[in-house]
Amino acid sequence: MSLLAVLEPGGSAATALYIVAFSLFIIGIKQGTHPTTAKRGNQIAAVGMAVAIVTTLLLDGIGNWGLIALGLGIGTAVGVIASIRVQMTEMPQMVALYNGVGGGAVALIAWSELRHGISGINSGDIASIPLEELIPTLFAAVVGSVSFWGSNIAFAKLQDLIPTKPLSVPGQQVINGVLLIGILAACVDIAVNNGDPSQAIFIAILLAAALLGNLVVLPIGGADMPVVISLLNAFTGLSAAAAGFALHNVALIVAGTLVGSSGTILTMEMATAMNRSVGNVLFAGFGGAPAGGAAGSTEERPHVSIGAQDAAIKLAYADTVVIVPGYGLAVAQAQHAIKEVADELEKRGVTVNYAIHPVAGRMPGHMNVLLAEADVPYEQLKEMEEINPEMPRTDVAVIVGANDVTNPAAKNDPDSPIAGMPIIEVSEAQQVIVIKRSLSPGFAGIDNDLFYEANTSMLFDDAKKAAADIAAEIQNL
Amino acid sequence: MSVMTEVTIFVLAAFVGFEVISKVPTTLHTPLMSQTNAIHGIVMLGGLIVVGYANDPLEYVIGTIAIAFGAINIVGGFMVTDRMLGMFSKKPKPKADADGKAGK
Repeated sequence: MSLLAVLEPGGSAATALYIVAFSLFIIGIKQGTHPTTAKRGNQIAAVGMAVAIVTTLLLDGIGNWGLIALGLGIGTAVGVIASIRVQMTEMPQMVALYNGVGGGAVALIAWSELRHGISGINSGDIASIPLEELIPTLFAAVVGSVSFWGSNIAFAKLQDLIPTKPLSVPGQQVINGVLLIGILAACVDIAVNNGDPSQAIFIAILLAAALLGNLVVLPIGGADMPVVISLLNAFTGLSAAAAGFALHNVALIVAGTLVGSSGTILTMEMATAMNRSVGNVLFAGFGGAPAGGAAGSTEERPHVSIGAQDAAIKLAYADTVVIVPGYGLAVAQAQHAIKEVADELEKRGVTVNYAIHPVAGRMPGHMNVLLAEADVPYEQLKEMEEINPEMPRTDVAVIVGANDVTNPAAKNDPDSPIAGMPIIEVSEAQQVIVIKRSLSPGFAGIDNDLFYEANTSMLFDDAKKAAADIAAEIQNL
Repeated sequence: MSVMTEVTIFVLAAFVGFEVISKVPTTLHTPLMSQTNAIHGIVMLGGLIVVGYANDPLEYVIGTIAIAFGAINIVGGFMVTDRMLGMFSKKPKPKADADGKAGK
């Protein structure tokens, strides 16, 4: 065993190898800025990880090899099986789960660090745990535990194990506030008594943070999941960086910070795309109090309903078609059927593009992955800012399983609950076809004015079946 | 390494992170997220270190679970990202594939 222990922890050789590792992470992410180089970038980052792991295994003081092998074996087996079996529609769940286990690992490491410090005090090696280690340890414990439990709730909601509707108890904000203050007070107590920190209080902190993680995510509705997943991603990153401070490990600090930056950027982008602040998402369940006036008008408004054949004719004789996919497309697993429609249209010389709203799907960029899975070339995937100016020149816009992100009320009605939310401006197109099961409102709980506009036709059906029917009808034309 | 050196590294890493990641296009945000999941698996290093000085059954269990969690992140994260990014790279036309089969 001592043969392996060749590197001094914190020594120049180990630090140099860690620098190589995190440089490879940064290069890997940088390559991830273009679809053609991203795969290689991912491999470069994986090499960086291998360097970091081997370096750590060579450190003096690494032991209990049986346990290391056991942990590595279990983790690798689970990781391999999960990554092969997961469906692309399930990626949000998977990322939520990975956020969770990452946060959980950090919380456990923090607990172990504290026990190590306490045993050092008991054996007389140190008089107290230095605050520069204790404070990051506490931070890692709290944020890690919140991330673990919050992510598990997010996973359960995405997997439909618990209702995706906002669940809350009366006075929830007060309970959350009290929990947070209690956690902070307990952390201060441990930090002040750093010569004799109480492990019992530390465990209480872990438990209170677990409860807080549950309570914060439970009231958040399904439509806000892109924000929540991104935020938990940022949290786990910061907790890893904190663990790096506690262990004086530069690779952990840099890698954790990179993940934290990524999660923060995505959180802000998602919140902007919904025209809401992160605080609003976390503390005011969307649609929790749907404005009775807007949603309540149940009287039938006139709308045009068409069948697959009419839709096929409209599409086949168009020059330019824009497809606007939403989460309903993912639920119906209709991405392949839609691609067939696009293929048929392209055979007839129609230009087909896809307009992707930033929050289409259940996590950032989710819709792009689903369409890539169906072999849609990424050049046809257009971002909202890119496609909106093209809308007036578009002959037909086809909306599949999207709702709120196309509602013109966001632009036209300052009193609408979604006022100011950036939308795909489909009502600018010459004609609009909406494939949807019914006229029911989307997550925001409000009627979509688009359905009642003169140039809009509704095709009431399951997205997958409708797309397959349209593709068949186009072939028959 | 002093605390202030570590803070310096943290701040600079945050700037680098924001600079690089803000250039990742929306199309690749889901792979970016699963890749950062994998990079987050770096916490396994912490698990390896704490299990080294574990000396009672509870610490053995905590450390081993931490290592397993980290390994799930690393292996699962990199592999699923690789799978997703494979879908974004150009594929040979399915028709060519059918012709090839007919030829053989």
